[in-house]
Amino acid sequence: MRETEDLDELYRDVVLDHYRSPRNSEPLESPDAEGEAINPFCGDEVRVQLSLVDGLIDGVSITGVGCSISQASASLMGEAVKGKNLPETLAIVKAFRALMQGRSRSDDDAGGEIDLGELMALEGVKRYPVRIKCSLLGWNALEDALKVIAAV
Amino acid sequence: MTTPTAHPAPQANSGPLDIAAIRGQFPILDIEINGKPLIYLDSAATSQKPQAVIDSLVEYYSSFNANVHRGVHTLSQQATDIYEDTRVKAQAFINARDAREIIYVRGTTEAINLVASSYGRANVGDGDDVIITAMEHHSNIVPWQILCDERGANLKVIPMNDDGDLLMDEFEKLLGPRTKFVSVVHQANSIGTVNPVKQIVEMAHAHGAVVLVDGAQSAPHIPVDVQDLDCDFYAFSGHKLYGPTGIGVLYGKYDLLNAMPPYQSGGEMIASVTFEKTIYADLPAKFEAGTPHIAGVAGLGAAIDWVQGVGIERIAEHEHRLVEYGLQRLNEIDGVKIIGNPKRRAGLISFIVDGVHPHDVGTVLDSQGIAIRAGHHCAQPVMAHFGIPATVRASFGVYNTTDEIDRLYEGVQQVFEVFG
Repeated sequence: MRETEDLDELYRDVVLDHYRSPRNSEPLESPDAEGEAINPFCGDEVRVQLSLVDGLIDGVSITGVGCSISQASASLMGEAVKGKNLPETLAIVKAFRALMQGRSRSDDDAGGEIDLGELMALEGVKRYPVRIKCSLLGWNALEDALKVIAAV
Repeated sequence: MTTPTAHPAPQANSGPLDIAAIRGQFPILDIEINGKPLIYLDSAATSQKPQAVIDSLVEYYSSFNANVHRGVHTLSQQATDIYEDTRVKAQAFINARDAREIIYVRGTTEAINLVASSYGRANVGDGDDVIITAMEHHSNIVPWQILCDERGANLKVIPMNDDGDLLMDEFEKLLGPRTKFVSVVHQANSIGTVNPVKQIVEMAHAHGAVVLVDGAQSAPHIPVDVQDLDCDFYAFSGHKLYGPTGIGVLYGKYDLLNAMPPYQSGGEMIASVTFEKTIYADLPAKFEAGTPHIAGVAGLGAAIDWVQGVGIERIAEHEHRLVEYGLQRLNEIDGVKIIGNPKRRAGLISFIVDGVHPHDVGTVLDSQGIAIRAGHHCAQPVMAHFGIPATVRASFGVYNTTDEIDRLYEGVQQVFEVFG
């Protein structure tokens, strides 16, 4: 049964804060990689730009339009991957996907040691199956961009 | 001969509706969602089903299941009777001249595809024009785009104003000697506009164009008389008309249907087959290849009986009151903007909430047991016209009440509490 407490779990203050004031929303001047994801069913979109310095994600830009969950998740994601190298970033992606799928982190080898930090504010989304794809939209865009980096 | 039991009309077909009695016939309205009584405001997506329709499916499979038009055995004859009796019911429901003008399809989408593919390919050529409106559902855009791409024809669009009304002067300018086909929505699923289709048909006919009316939303909400409209084709879906999913009707004027090539081919649609030549069956079988959705047809028949028993005029009146009340209540809320203000509206209200994405509105309302649709409603050009990605849509059926609209009002207030 889903009551108001569940709603509070979904719309945590940190989520609403990132929705209202998305971080890293300025486009990068010379990104090393870009990715984009669109949900054709609702029209939500997220665009990710990354720039690298010495193998670390130095610059992040997250832009898009959509619901609070898609935009807040993307904004929190941008903060989480800043300063990380490629394997660390991939581990965060994997751990976050596991969180959304409701798997405990001990089930997941790569996710086992990852501290998702503020991203844990999105944990409530997993109780709303139709909103999980909102939450993962930005992450699809990020993975797009990471493929570009991995291919270089 | 055994025939299916006639389901009694829900109540005398006059006077105001007893909504409590009507609600009692829809078992799903008793369930709870997230601990709250279900408030179903998504009938434009699909309506709920009365017990008579649910029973008709069970009854068909329990007592009458056989293939149609094939067996000499009694059961096949009984299944065929149900199948063909429903065709007559559908004919009467939209006042077609002849039952052979009723073609069973999966739904409105298949009906439009049938016409675009069969009539369109045979009659629309290089440099010809097909006209649709700015407020079409994707299902009345894409089939015509495909046809126009294939034939080198032009797809033209009747624009609308910000009230959500078509600009009829602009329509007149689009019409010309190359106009071969006009396909228009009767009632827009995204904003609720009821278009002046009789006038559109008249204008199109003056230029020799053939007209299809997409009745997916209008059939459950507005009395429809295809002879009065004089449209050449009219399409509707059973599942929005309190019937089952997977069954719908294409109406077409006999001479047009008769001259059209088949859409799908196989069994049932032939008169004779040799390896050299196939002679197609007469209408309506020519367009009903393969074993049809017989149970769905039984359910459609029960749904039409049910709607006729209640009275489509009384349903329309009740829903008109709901729409008026809904507009009034939602307009009371600062921060709610209603999308479109058409001259004539039926069945639904689309709106947006300041600073809150429709999906988030939908989730908060769902926590209150209120089912609405949030999204672009398969009408992205309409969203683009209003410069918004999506709307919240509350759509009504005969079973909805003004109390439920009050609950919607309270639910929207809660949206502001969460996102305030």
